[in-house]
Amino acid sequence: MTEIFGKPLPVIMGQLLIGLINGSFYALLSLGLAVIFGLLNIINFTHGAQYMMGAFAAYFLLNKLGLNYWWALVLAPLAVGATGVVIERLMLSRLYKLDHLYGLLLTFGIALVIQGAFRHEFGSAGLPYSIPALLEGGQNLGFMFLPNYRAWVIFASLVVCLGTWFVIERTKLGAYLRAATENPAMVQAFGINVPRMITLTYGFGVALAGLAGVMAAPIYQVNPLMGADTIIVVFAVVVIGGMGSIMGAVVTGFGLGVIEGLTKVFYPEASNTVIFVIMAIVLMIRPQGLFGSR
Amino acid sequence: MTFKRKLISTAAMLALSAGAAHAQISGNVVKIGVLNDQSGTYADLAGPGSTLAAKMAVEDFMAKDKSLKIEVVFADHQNKPDVGSQIARKWFDSDGVDVIVDLPTSSVALAVNQVAKEKGKAAIISTGASSDLTGKACTPNTVHWTYDTWQLANGTGSAIVKTGGDTWFFLTADYAFGHALERDTEAVVVKSGGKVLGKVRHPFPSSDFSSFLLQAQASKAKIIGLANAGADTTNAIKQAAEFGIVKGGQNLAGLLVFLTDVHALGLEKAQGLIFTESFYWDLNDKTREWSKRYAARHGGKMPSMGQAGVYAGVLHYLKAVAAAKTDDGTKVVAKMKELPTDDPLFGKGKIRADGRKIHDSYLFEVKKPSESKGPWDYYKLRATVPADQAFRPMEQGDCPLVKK
Repeated sequence: MTEIFGKPLPVIMGQLLIGLINGSFYALLSLGLAVIFGLLNIINFTHGAQYMMGAFAAYFLLNKLGLNYWWALVLAPLAVGATGVVIERLMLSRLYKLDHLYGLLLTFGIALVIQGAFRHEFGSAGLPYSIPALLEGGQNLGFMFLPNYRAWVIFASLVVCLGTWFVIERTKLGAYLRAATENPAMVQAFGINVPRMITLTYGFGVALAGLAGVMAAPIYQVNPLMGADTIIVVFAVVVIGGMGSIMGAVVTGFGLGVIEGLTKVFYPEASNTVIFVIMAIVLMIRPQGLFGSR
Repeated sequence: MTFKRKLISTAAMLALSAGAAHAQISGNVVKIGVLNDQSGTYADLAGPGSTLAAKMAVEDFMAKDKSLKIEVVFADHQNKPDVGSQIARKWFDSDGVDVIVDLPTSSVALAVNQVAKEKGKAAIISTGASSDLTGKACTPNTVHWTYDTWQLANGTGSAIVKTGGDTWFFLTADYAFGHALERDTEAVVVKSGGKVLGKVRHPFPSSDFSSFLLQAQASKAKIIGLANAGADTTNAIKQAAEFGIVKGGQNLAGLLVFLTDVHALGLEKAQGLIFTESFYWDLNDKTREWSKRYAARHGGKMPSMGQAGVYAGVLHYLKAVAAAKTDDGTKVVAKMKELPTDDPLFGKGKIRADGRKIHDSYLFEVKKPSESKGPWDYYKLRATVPADQAFRPMEQGDCPLVKK
């Protein structure tokens, strides 16, 4: 059998693919963060809690209303996005003129409140959520068994990421958004309702977190702490990619998933620190991040 | 006026006499500190449920014996040894806590174990697992109540090797507990004629196990031993099903599974799992009676074995305090070892010189959804390991308290 550094090739291939799957989640989550930071200049620490709310929304849609996974994919992000709109209107919109730090503190506080409330209500062991019947089972790729659901996660995440990038970088709507961050007064003068656009952008970023939550529900336990564990890594991804860079967030998300996967083969104990080591190195060499411009 | 003065002097005399009777009780109150994970991955299997169990023990004790003043406090150690020992020191030094109970997360339990010894206080460990607590780390101040890694390894490991599961691959949580559980299980597997093909240590806590499971799959071992606990175990089991591990002919051995984990997984995913525990709510009339009382006050949730152990441990501790007429940690623990134990949950038993509480151990199998009669009806009893065989023989533990 072919070996690389003493590990059989099939194992490495398998890990690369697994890395890509985890990378899909990192990419989806960091995409939302990048959109929010890039266009609102808010460091959204509530993102992890909103991801968790997406998973819980899927659970409730199934168990209280009998709506399956596919409905949840549409409805849960809408519901979570709506809560985001409320948060933005009531609280965040008052902080845009202040330092980043205030937005960070506010969103961090909201995250703690939401997580605490869910934990109080549902405990920390989590709730079960099954893989939709259509995506059960898997394919034997020769070097590994790929569950259909995981393949779907990669596909869906790629579509959403590229779609978002396209809208923001290549369409007229995206041009308005980018212009509004550069010079809101000028854009307003052209008759565009900038505050509403910003509110909807925040809602959209939050909905992305909710969507990632729905996609994660069948893989992980639906657990009040699922976001708190993931969000730290995702922040590292955003920092490495360059704060606010959409493409940076997507590419680094997938890339770091793969690197983390390889670490799990060669030195599993370090798999939850490797991303932060990379972050430190990147910050030393290129403080604006790999894809950052400023 | 005279009447009032009389009243005051009587009250003062009463207070004095009460003080005289319990001159050995520090601060005139026995203070019990429940120290565990109140908010993280182990909060459901220990957490606030353990605090409730301790309070119930106090109430049940007071119903029979009103001579002591008892108080229960609790804190969250966040599964971090430094946080845990810091709280323990503060409790012992300035808050008048006499005994710390529960202590899940072996790394924290081992740290607080040392603090209790240093301060001459008591520790009754229920949810903490490492068998080192009554082995090379044993102290005259610690009682290890509910279960330990040697018991789990011995119960589950040997049962599985006997039924043909003779090649193993370990998925191990990378901290003191996982290491101890892996070490103790490996010893049992090898002793029973099995072989360990490989192991991988995952960060604690982890949410994604796919890459570790893939390595386990590639090892072709018949049994994948999960040397982890709580959400780590449930996530690993859930994802193993996704990757077709059980369908591919490999089996999972949950080396430490709590009732709350089975509840979180659901019977559909958990059915057929075999593991060892010291307690199940549906064992006999006494356990059912107590558990129903507990569930009524805990949102309908049945107790885990760790929570049951907190109740029983606190009850026995209070009996020992009353008998020894002191709350001095070292003396009470000595008294606890001297008195035979008897409670509704673990029955009659004893505490050995090394601090190990001895009782029967049970091998359970999770029911199929069709076999379950209702909520929380999850286990079938496969075998009972008698108390004298369930735990590591004292002379093999290297506990310095045991004379060879």
